[in-house]
Amino acid sequence: MARIAGIDLPRDKRIEYALLAIFGIGLTSSRQILEKAGVNPDTRTNDLTESETGRLRDIIEREYRVEGDLRRQTQMSVRRLQEIRCYRGIRHSRHLPVRGQKTKSNARTLRGKRRPIAGKKKTGKK
Amino acid sequence: MGRSLKKGPYAEPKLLQKIDDMNARNEKRIIKTWSRRSTIFPQMIGHTLAVHDGRKHIPVFVTENMVGHKLGEFALTRTFKGHAGSKDTRSRVR
Repeated sequence: MARIAGIDLPRDKRIEYALLAIFGIGLTSSRQILEKAGVNPDTRTNDLTESETGRLRDIIEREYRVEGDLRRQTQMSVRRLQEIRCYRGIRHSRHLPVRGQKTKSNARTLRGKRRPIAGKKKTGKK
Repeated sequence: MGRSLKKGPYAEPKLLQKIDDMNARNEKRIIKTWSRRSTIFPQMIGHTLAVHDGRKHIPVFVTENMVGHKLGEFALTRTFKGHAGSKDTRSRVR
């Protein structure tokens, strides 16, 4: 049972990909970690030795900002933008795209589900 | 693309000069400026700058957190009050 940074790693995936279950670790950093720890990326999580797990945990705790800490950091920087009332902060608080994307269409990730507009007649399709 | 580090941050020289003068004489006065593209420098902390939004000057009180941003970021250029007849003006749960 490999538990790193408060997360259970998927048991029978290759460790290279199992590490992605941790928020803040992508494929690139996962590979860097494995190289630094000298662990073969092909081993399954179950087959890791105790000392290998230890080394991975050590590296991640010391050198990477993951999970809660990372989320907090993001939250703080967004809050800073909102507090100084700058353009980016205002876009954040209105749930609109921050980096100049169009909102005439799309931008659904931030704006959420489509809502019908009052008084608009339905046309042929849809 | 960001600005080259070699050149350092930009701010209208005239504006910086005025700020430095005011700091030297220890006075606080609202300065009108059209230079939205100027970076906020540490010298500007505590001053109020009236930044042009295309129509009028918006007073911006500069705090420490704002250093490194551009003046224009604090004076919005659009006035959008929502579409006619739409009830919920930006208050969605999320």
